[in-house]
Formats: sequence, structure tokens, C-alpha cells
Amino acid sequence: MNAVIVEGLVKEYGSRRAVDDIDFEIASGEVFALLGPNGAGKTTTVEILEGHRFRDAGEVVVLGMDPGTAGPYYRQRIGIVLQSSGFEPNLTVSESVSMYRSYYENPMAVDQVLTIVGLRERKNARVKTLSGGQQRRLDLALGLVGNPDMLFLDEPTTGFDPSARRQAWEVVNNLRSLGKTILLTTHYMDEAEYLADTLAVISGGTIVSTGSPSTIGGSEYRRATVSFRATGRPPGTEDWNHDGGIFSVVTDDSTRVLNRLTSWALAEGVTLIDLEVTRPSLEDIYLSLTGGSDV
Amino acid sequence: MFRSLAQVLRQIRYENRTFWRNPAAAFFTILFPLMMLLIFATVFGNEPTGLGVTTAQFYAPALAVFGAVSAAYTSLAIGTAIARDQGVLKRVRGTPLPPWAYMAARILSSVWLAALSIALMLAIGILLYDLEIRTEQIPTLIVTFVAGVAAFAALGLAITGVASADSVPAITNATLLPLAFISGVFLGPSLEMPPWLDQVADLFPLKHFVEPFVNAFIPGTSASIPWTDIAWLGGWLAVGIVAAMLFFRWDPRPESGRGARRRNRNDRVTV
Repeated sequence: MNAVIVEGLVKEYGSRRAVDDIDFEIASGEVFALLGPNGAGKTTTVEILEGHRFRDAGEVVVLGMDPGTAGPYYRQRIGIVLQSSGFEPNLTVSESVSMYRSYYENPMAVDQVLTIVGLRERKNARVKTLSGGQQRRLDLALGLVGNPDMLFLDEPTTGFDPSARRQAWEVVNNLRSLGKTILLTTHYMDEAEYLADTLAVISGGTIVSTGSPSTIGGSEYRRATVSFRATGRPPGTEDWNHDGGIFSVVTDDSTRVLNRLTSWALAEGVTLIDLEVTRPSLEDIYLSLTGGSDV
Repeated sequence: MFRSLAQVLRQIRYENRTFWRNPAAAFFTILFPLMMLLIFATVFGNEPTGLGVTTAQFYAPALAVFGAVSAAYTSLAIGTAIARDQGVLKRVRGTPLPPWAYMAARILSSVWLAALSIALMLAIGILLYDLEIRTEQIPTLIVTFVAGVAAFAALGLAITGVASADSVPAITNATLLPLAFISGVFLGPSLEMPPWLDQVADLFPLKHFVEPFVNAFIPGTSASIPWTDIAWLGGWLAVGIVAAMLFFRWDPRPESGRGARRRNRNDRVTV
């Protein structure tokens, strides 16, 4: 069962295509991350799925409904955490949650929501006295209180310090264990790697790769690098990179490369200093997929 | 339907709570007109004026209307624009609460404050200045109040539609205060205005709200409903509704796409 099906989605702003013919699917209960640099089309895509923006072309089905035409029933079943949105600053935390809770037919209890997001000890504080991180948790609480099947999180941890991000990740993991389908956007590699079952890298309005954190990019972007240090150039390494005494080559077949290299070294009695085989990190893959435009 | 009405009522309570917790808004809407009454009655003395009635008999209803307009126009426009620019409206739009129910609650809570402002003003007038209320004029007062508050609420939301939260206070005050002067809210009944200025005031809604409301407190005036003024207010209500429907938006940034292409020029997009 797919919670989300997107086919051929297009969104234009004037003559610029912010989203240019993208396809993806999200299975029920999955955490799906849209990963990409600023301006790649993440927020536009998510806002179309939320029903906040209209699409110019393509098919979008979320929970069996078309967000472009769906009404209050659709919004009973989704929860939205926008990238930035305001509160009534003079309400307390629990009043705010109660107010949004009253919009839903099968909401969670206020205390339960506040426990999930870790705001319980601040429940009687006025919203305007919350720190930035606490306000972001309140954002999450308001998106969650309706007990949605599908949750949209638009850059949920941007601006967090590392420990606040860890806490937010735990919250998302808890939600996953409650069986929620989650679509999150992020430009943090480690966040996508830690949270996502599936991720799609979006750049310039198109999806350049989809996969799990361990398969994204495909074999082309995941090729190993073999490197070592030596003073002379061993035979068979004429086409290797040679930089500051370090020889390196990117290869599909590290076994064969290593075998040839180590056979030579053993035969010649040469030590291959710092010999290693490295795989690109998700960050390396992301940077090569997106052309490094964000960093 | 019943559920929606219950939601509107509940939402009105939340809107009211936020209003009373914002001292600046509460002061300007409720206390400022009362303060003006105390000042006028002290400066001029509560003696009979040009209309043959006491200062308070004229100023209490005039300032009551000013308070009502502050609530239904200024305060509604500013509050809604801030909520829009901070993303509150967009957040609400993503919930199952019907958009009309949310807007109805915002409007009705400002109407409630307008009524409260008028009631307080009249109560102070009765307690301190022997203000007389003519019971046969109560239908006129109610009809004028409803028409006036509806027109100003619609105009306030129209201004919210065309201006950012930064400029809405300036626009509402720059429109309301001059109109208040030329429509006879602040300048007493003895003052003769140049006829052309009277005619200018006739074009705008405030005078059609103030004049019948004040008249209803002047002894000996007719108790029939002032339909001409009500028609003017109805016209401004229509203008306000049309403009609000054309320009009102829920998104802090203009939505681009269907129905919004005309605003593409100043479209700032977050992607």
C-alpha cells in the first residue's frame, strides 16, 4: 500500500519550473526524506502534497485522495509542520494544543502529545516565552495532535543545536513506531541517513536519485576508491591519480585492483603505506548528485 | 453544521482570550474611547451644547461608535494581518477547521468587542454623566450597529488583503482618524464645517454610522430606521466584501499558481 503516489508533478512560477516532472512513491508507515539544496523544489513539492499550493501538471494521490481538491476530511488525516509558522503568542502551550486539538475528530490527548514532543514541563508557559527549539516542538505538537496517518515535516530541525536535533530525531523515530507515514524534507545528510527508510535527492526541480541511504546514487556514485602512499610508481598505476605521494583510483572492481597491487608489492617486497579502500559517504554522493550547489 | 457552529463559538473564545492578553490592543480598543469621553466631559464640562444636549449625551454615542470601529476595523485588520504574516492563517488552513468558520470567529469576536466597547461607553455615560437612552430608538441603534460594524469589518479585511502587517496599522489609522474628525466624532456638534468637507464625509462610511447613532440620543429626533445611512453602509459592506474576496490570502507569501497569476509580479517564492 502506498500512502503517496506522485507522477509527473510540475509546478511553474512564471517561466521558471520549480518542480519539473517528478515521480515518487511513499509506502505506508515509511519515513521518506526529500533531500536537496535550498531552492531545489522541496518545499514546493511538499506544499502541493499538503494542499497549500496548486500543481500545474501531474498526478498526486495522498491517502487515496487528491490534495488539490480534497477538503476537511483530507486534513483530518494529515498533519503539517511548516518550515516557519506563527503561534498566538499569548496563549499557553497547552491552550494552543487544545485549540488545534478541537479541530479534529479523533485527536490525541494533550498530555500525550506534549509528552511525545517533550514539552510537558512547559505546558503552562506562554508561547512567547518558549525558546526557538521549544517553539519548533510546539510546531510538531500542533501537527501531531490530530493523530494523523500522514505527517509532513518541512525541515524540522533547521536551526537546531546538535542535541536538540538528536531529540527531534528520537521524536520522529517514536512516530515511526506508531505507524505514521512521514515525509520530511531536509538538507542535512546525517538527518536523512539516520531517519529515512527511503530518500530522494532533488536538485533543480528534478529527482536525481532515489533509494535507501545504503543504495542511493546506484553503483555509479558508490564506486570505491583505492589509495596508498609510495615513493616510486608501481607498474599498472600509470592512469592513477598521483597527488603528494598518494596514489588513488576510483574503481568498480576493488578486488581485482587490490589483488594486482598487493601481488606486486609482495613480489617486490614493497610496503604499501596507508593502503585503504573507501566508499563515498552519503554526503559525497549527495554532493556529486547535486553538483555541490549548496555547500 | 451544528458541529461547525460549535467550532465557531469555541474559536471565538480562543480569539477573545488572546485579545485580552494583549494589553496594547485591549487599551486602544476599549479604554481609549472611554478616556476620550472623560477628557471631553472634563474639558467642556457636561453642559448643554449646540444641539441642546449635554456634552456626554453627544460624545458618549459618538465615541462609542469610534470604539466599535476601532474593534471591527482597526483591530480586526491588524490582528488578521499579523496572523497572516506570521503564518498562523496558513497553519489553520492546513487543519480540518473550515476556513469560513475560522474567519467567522475572528470577525464575530471583533463584533463582540465592538458591542462590549459600546456597552461600556454607554454604562459610563449613564453612571457618570446622566446619559439618557431613549428606548424607542433601540431598534435604530441595533440596526445601525450591525450595518456599521459589518461594513467596517469587511473593509478591514480588504485592507489586510492588500497590505502587510507592517503597514496595516498606518493605513487603518490614516483612514479612520481623519474620517473621525470630519464625520463629527471628535469635533463637537457646535462646530460648523465647510459644506464641501461635509460632502466628502458623506461619501465615506463613518459618518453614516456616527450620525444616526448620535441622533438616536438627541431628544425629539425621529425614531424611524435611517435607511439612507444603512444603504450607504450596505454599499461599503459590498465594496469591502468584494475587495476582501479578491485580495485576501492565507499564505504569508502570495500563493502563485491558479487564481493568483495576477499577483505574480511581487511573488516571492519559497522552494
